[in-house]
Amino acid sequence: MKQLHAEFDVLRRRFPPGFEPSLVLPCLRRIQEERGYVADADIDELVAYLGVPRIQVEEVLSYYTQFRRQPVGRWHLQACRNVACSMRGAEGVIEQIGERLGIAPGETTPDRRFTFSTVECLGSCGTAPVVMVNETYHENMTPERLEALIERLER
Amino acid sequence: MNSVATGRKLLMTFPVTALSHTLEEYCARGGYATLEKVVREMRPEQVTKEVAASGILGHGGAAFPAGRKWGVIKLNDEQPHYLCANADEGEPGTFKDRWILENAPHLLIESMLIAAFALQVRHAFVYIRGEFDLPYRRLAGAVEEAYAAGLLGSGVASSAFSCDIVVYRGAGSYVCGEASGLLTSLEGRKGYPRNRPPRLTVRGLYQRPTVVNNVETLANITGIVRDGAEAFRKVGTAKSPGTQLISISGHVARPGVYEVEYGYPFAKFIHEDCGGVLGGKKLKCVIPGGISTKVLTAAEIEPLTLDHASLVAAGSGLGSGGMVVVAEGTCMVRLLQVLVRFYHHESCGQCTPCREGMGWLHKIVDRIVAGEGELDDIERLIAISEANDGTTICGMGDAAGYATIGILAKYRDEFEHWIVHGRSKHDGRLEAIGAEWTVSEVALDG
Repeated sequence: MKQLHAEFDVLRRRFPPGFEPSLVLPCLRRIQEERGYVADADIDELVAYLGVPRIQVEEVLSYYTQFRRQPVGRWHLQACRNVACSMRGAEGVIEQIGERLGIAPGETTPDRRFTFSTVECLGSCGTAPVVMVNETYHENMTPERLEALIERLER
Repeated sequence: MNSVATGRKLLMTFPVTALSHTLEEYCARGGYATLEKVVREMRPEQVTKEVAASGILGHGGAAFPAGRKWGVIKLNDEQPHYLCANADEGEPGTFKDRWILENAPHLLIESMLIAAFALQVRHAFVYIRGEFDLPYRRLAGAVEEAYAAGLLGSGVASSAFSCDIVVYRGAGSYVCGEASGLLTSLEGRKGYPRNRPPRLTVRGLYQRPTVVNNVETLANITGIVRDGAEAFRKVGTAKSPGTQLISISGHVARPGVYEVEYGYPFAKFIHEDCGGVLGGKKLKCVIPGGISTKVLTAAEIEPLTLDHASLVAAGSGLGSGGMVVVAEGTCMVRLLQVLVRFYHHESCGQCTPCREGMGWLHKIVDRIVAGEGELDDIERLIAISEANDGTTICGMGDAAGYATIGILAKYRDEFEHWIVHGRSKHDGRLEAIGAEWTVSEVALDG
């Protein structure tokens, strides 16, 4: 990920001096955007670039749910299962995604096109239920809208 | 968004359009005029004095007076001070800050600059939750606009005051919404909360004095400084001046974000302004201020008004303004199951009572739902919740206990029924079945 170093340099200048450790999260996010996950080699490189202890990077990767050490499918469907979404039909949404894609939460389809996860509150309670596809929120889900969404992603 | 008459408005004062979040439109509404006045005509102490006099309470959940927090910062202590807007909105049922980030990002930026001037901050941060996509893009876009217009960076609005704002994205941890966990995360580490004292205003980010304020609290600063503390105090109640953005969801006919003047009648808000319960059902109860506040029954909310004093007197709280409406017939055992599953998932693992206790609560409620519960389990849930209270570094363990005890105290019969009969007293559902489906106005698809 050496190609990102120029970008990291720009980011670094936005922070006050001595804030190098703060760059761990934003740098990991950019690496993950590029590769789809964070590989061992990325950790080595980031440790060298920022001069932070390796354990700090490892801890961050294991602590935050948004960071991945393995690739996911082309489309990552994350269905909220918290209180407001559950009250607006999330349990049906989760069942429908599972049946439609033939996978359980935490799994990826064999063709690696879809990964399915359940997540806790996404702050979309007023437009529940919500399914996040990669970075994008798809709100006010109904069985019909969900089917149409999956069909669009299959194309 | 929702233009109902829930009292006077301080934040939702303009029609939301496709462009209302831009710098051009914000300036057309008088934006950044207050900042110009502050950096040219005011002294930092004057700004803090005005904010303290306004009596504004923190809008993140704890309702701590913002002026008192600011007052701890010593202006001439010859060390850097930091300011951080808490945009890690993650309390289930809460989505009000998202409204500000999406629709009024420049109001937040102007307010942060005024706060930074008052607190003599050179570097300010917005810690925004990692899942927020549109709110992040809107805010980051607004920050770039402000830099290009000379409102941020070196020499703010051509004055001697300089300030940078960095937008920092979280990565999916609820605990990072707690101010000290947030700062630990902003230091690039796992977001463990810290023991107080020392207060964060004494030793915060990288051990320097730091003010962490909720997005909505900060968004009010521009108006307070522009119109004066006295004008602000005329809105709301004596103990809770101003307004609160309430995000309402669940079994409610018109979910969304509403700006409510403190002191507004609770029942009227739900039954009239929000259209009542979905499908014309009867109201069972309301979680008033995020899931960590104690549930209030339909009868209990009748005499209440929407302000901190009223809800605290009723044994609950207005918290983060994340209101969840529950219709008659909803199974409270299943509802608690969702809540404790969440707390178990989000416990950061630093403190033993929370790390173990959340797991126990979750397992016990799971086994009740599986038909394998014992009547003693109810007492176990209460005992675990009580044992947690006050024994952990941050308030998450306490909050889970309040939510658990709140539901058990009022709906114990539903738990006993499930334990004795092996099934829900209702139909075990959380979804309001047969209810008329209403699609809210905001759709971000595509």
